[in-house]
Amino acid sequence: MQYALIIRESAEDFVRRGDPAYRDGWTAYTKALVQAGILTAGAGLTPPETGTIVRRKGEDHDVQDGPYPEGKEQLGGFYVIEVPDLDAALEWATRVPVSEQGSVEIRPRLQVA
Amino acid sequence: MISDSDRAAEKVARHSYGKLIAFLAARSRNVPAAEDALSDALAAALRVWPERGVPDNPEGWLLTAARRNLMQAARHRTVRDNASETIALAFEEAEERMNDAQNAVFPDERLKLLFACTHPAIDGSIHTPLMLQTVLGIDAKTIAQAFVVSPDAMSQRLVRAKIKIRDAGIPFAIPERHILPERLAGVLSAIYAAYGLGWDGLDGEQDSRIGLTGEAIWLGRALMTILPEEPEVMGLLSLMLYCESRRHARRDADGVYRPLEEQDTRLWNEITMAEADTLLRKAGALDRFGPFQCQAAIQSVHATRRRTAATDWEALVALYRALIAMKPTLGAKVSHAAVIGRVEGAAPALVLLDRLEQRAIASYQPYWAVRAHLLSELGENDAAMEAYRIAIGLSDSPAVRTFLTGRLQTVISR
Repeated sequence: MQYALIIRESAEDFVRRGDPAYRDGWTAYTKALVQAGILTAGAGLTPPETGTIVRRKGEDHDVQDGPYPEGKEQLGGFYVIEVPDLDAALEWATRVPVSEQGSVEIRPRLQVA
Repeated sequence: MISDSDRAAEKVARHSYGKLIAFLAARSRNVPAAEDALSDALAAALRVWPERGVPDNPEGWLLTAARRNLMQAARHRTVRDNASETIALAFEEAEERMNDAQNAVFPDERLKLLFACTHPAIDGSIHTPLMLQTVLGIDAKTIAQAFVVSPDAMSQRLVRAKIKIRDAGIPFAIPERHILPERLAGVLSAIYAAYGLGWDGLDGEQDSRIGLTGEAIWLGRALMTILPEEPEVMGLLSLMLYCESRRHARRDADGVYRPLEEQDTRLWNEITMAEADTLLRKAGALDRFGPFQCQAAIQSVHATRRRTAATDWEALVALYRALIAMKPTLGAKVSHAAVIGRVEGAAPALVLLDRLEQRAIASYQPYWAVRAHLLSELGENDAAMEAYRIAIGLSDSPAVRTFLTGRLQTVISR
């Protein structure tokens, strides 16, 4: 089954991305996924301030700056991995180098018949 | 008149439901589909068996029919499902094994299902109901009754959990060694909760619950055959057997509740108690202590009274302290206060009770029963009466109510 590992990071985490100790953890983890041959997709994302949101407003569209800033955790990126079951996905999720303020959500990929 | 074939179908349904569901679900990883397939197979059995007679191997017949239904449904769902071929092979292999010997060897997959039902990805509050329904085949209505919720609400929550198992890809497997201890904790808690439901229902208001103690013990035994070196599995089984051995001493001849320390030890079942002793000793030799062994050890201290005619309260204080350190539940804290009351007196025990969070104890019956007892020992009669009344109001068993009312009367007549 394919699972998305959805990474959420805190504001401090986004700042620490310049810190080699933090960054190297992510590089190593990504390498391990590739090495295991289970990484099928994924992307790291720039900090939430760089985001722009488009919302439908009736017939029109409304363009706004960034996501709501009040959330403690913001989407930082995601991996899509191919593993046999949820336990295997959980095993990989526990290795994700998130800080104590961050989190990893595991979601099965939508199957389109 | 109920025909033999009806009875045979019903018998197989009752005895093999969990086994068949577990087997079908483990292969297809889809509990709702397995249930549909099996109920269609049972309906077919009721149609066909009266005409052609009951087959020699009714379980095998049902499995074959259910398997066919399941495969058909899978084909309808998706033609690209390349897993279906593996499923077909696994079924054929199992049917061969079942049919070749006169005593059918059935691969019992129930324990794998047990791990799926108590997976941490599923909300903990539904673990036990899910286990009762899918592993033991107890109907949703009975489960709802035991959990005091409406049957509709219970059914909905069960359905949601089964969909989660299927869609999240929760595995049907005994977890690997490195994650086994934490997963096992979920399984053990769910089994013990089932035992507790059966235990609470012993008063006969709800006959359907009584069987649960036996089922829970059966699951404990089955778990031990698969995991013979896990001390916590032995601890749980030992704990349940200690409780079971005292079953007939819980009520006196008039059906009045007897607290543990006032029970007639001659009514305790020596054989069951000896088995519990042996299990606890074996678990201890493995040198990995845990909350279930601790709770069994607490029971073993009480059980020793049958030989020494005395209870070692100091040992109980130490064990409850250890239990709170491992698993700080409200029940453990209240029991700890109760044994402190024995060793150090009522006043220090009340200090411990006062430290508990008010919101947590508001509807916790044992807290009020212990509190009432301690207050009456101190001669604080008004406060004791108040606490007894709350404890009585929170009791769900008539026998316990009668017992506490008796205690209340003694305080009133002082």
